[in-house]
Amino acid sequence: MPLSATEITRSGLWTNNPALVQLLGLCPLLAVTNTAINGFGLGLATTLVLLASNSCVSLIRNQLRPEVRLPIFVLIIASFVTAAELIMNAFFHDLYKILGIFIPLIVTNCAIIGRAEAFASRNPVGISALDGLAVGTGFMLILILLGGMREIIGSGTFLANAHLMFGDIGRQMTITLIDDYTGFLLAVLPPGAFFGLGFIIAGKNWLDARHANEPEVSNAPIASTT
Amino acid sequence: MKFELDTSPHLQPTASVHRVMLHVLLGLIPGAIAMIWFFGWGVWFNIVIAIVTATGAEAMMIRSRGGDARATLHDLSAVVTAVLLALALPPLAPWWLTVTGSLFAIIITKQLFGGLGFNPFNPAMAGYAALLISFPREMTQWIPPSMIAEHPLGLWDTLVVTFAGSLPDQLPWDAVTAATPLDLMKTRLGLMDTIGEIRSNILFGDFGGRGWEWVGNWFFVGGLWLLYKRIITWHIPVAVLGSLFTISLLFYLTNPDAHPTPLFHIFSGGAVVCAFFIATDPVSGCASAKGRLLFGACVGILIFVIRTWGGYPDGVAFAVLLMNLAAPSIDYFTRPRVFGEDRGS
Repeated sequence: MPLSATEITRSGLWTNNPALVQLLGLCPLLAVTNTAINGFGLGLATTLVLLASNSCVSLIRNQLRPEVRLPIFVLIIASFVTAAELIMNAFFHDLYKILGIFIPLIVTNCAIIGRAEAFASRNPVGISALDGLAVGTGFMLILILLGGMREIIGSGTFLANAHLMFGDIGRQMTITLIDDYTGFLLAVLPPGAFFGLGFIIAGKNWLDARHANEPEVSNAPIASTT
Repeated sequence: MKFELDTSPHLQPTASVHRVMLHVLLGLIPGAIAMIWFFGWGVWFNIVIAIVTATGAEAMMIRSRGGDARATLHDLSAVVTAVLLALALPPLAPWWLTVTGSLFAIIITKQLFGGLGFNPFNPAMAGYAALLISFPREMTQWIPPSMIAEHPLGLWDTLVVTFAGSLPDQLPWDAVTAATPLDLMKTRLGLMDTIGEIRSNILFGDFGGRGWEWVGNWFFVGGLWLLYKRIITWHIPVAVLGSLFTISLLFYLTNPDAHPTPLFHIFSGGAVVCAFFIATDPVSGCASAKGRLLFGACVGILIFVIRTWGGYPDGVAFAVLLMNLAAPSIDYFTRPRVFGEDRGS
């Protein structure tokens, strides 16, 4: 059954969001989201890798023998991750140093190989690329949201260190919400990531539950192949 | 004359949550009074702020979940959590510290897991640990009784400190606050000082810290009363204090210069209040007698381990939280044998 672009976008961003519903890629999600900018940087890298790997896997899907598909997927993903790592090292060197090991670890993000296996290896190129973009963006938005929450609660600022992403213009982007804030260290430390993600998932479920009470016109199942 | 004929059970059940929690609160009174006596009015403000915040948060959460807030508040469990947390905080803690800790304890540790009976962790200790991790500077500003005697803070002065954060007469913070005896012991031992040198500091009394040891005594009295009233069983207090005493005695005997006496360990920090009031929490602790002994013994050992080799001066909160995690497994493996059940091979 061919899938519409709207359905794919909706699935990647909301109904099948890798971070909120599939709970994939939690290791980078929890580790780098202590500021919004860190989350944005890693999210962007993940999205680009996902877009490229989905397109690539989709292109060779008819030549691929099923017995060796997983090593090939990993090889493709690893190539793109290496490229992304080199690009970040060259152009966003300070951010690269902060994110450190978590950029090469994008290879192990289950969300990426999951999309390659479940979607890109069975669908044509255009639609696979869109799926990669939607899923990656969904992941990135959650990274930014969680990073922003932890940053605001933890240190009272928003978009601190924006110059790491946007150059010198970013220095003016930092918003200090509360002057003379003591800082709630727990939000910046690892437990804060778990609490924050828990609250975001609860919020999504609450929105869904509220939405489900209203009568829906057509409720065609979002054909996710997972 | 007509006699009423009742079927069994003939004894009225007396153990309600309300009754248990009320007794725990009464048992805490001697220790709380001793703390106010030694550390000033700040303790009292902490208790009041914590109770108001905790009951308010509990009522709000129960109502938002569609429950009967008044009936839930009647069981007094939120008040017990609040008082235990308040007694653990530094006496001159700013008001927002107490509020944050109470909110964390009630909303996140207790109500989000389903309320009383469903919380895997001790709410008061989780709130305390969250504060200790988040605000290390505010959480270590204790006022030793010897310093409060030199600069007595009246009721109004303490109120100003708690809510406005400023000391009267431009008094520097260093004049009234200092590290706890446990903190000092840890720092000085790190500098390779001997116990004898450290104990000559005015912070120290006969066994533990001056003032702290008496607070410990009065919590002990309150705990014994709880035992007498059969609110708690003897297993956990004996196991906590016994294991803490044994392991610290062992290390004290091997090298008296590098390890404080066992009595110092028991009468400093929160060991006594932990043994009788915190580790005995029926929700997050163990249920079987054997399990309780194991649970208490591990808490005692962990307190010693964290105090001696850990990063924090006192380890009561972390010890209790770690053992809370282990409690379900301990209960599983120490299930009492049902009468007639095979003893196994």
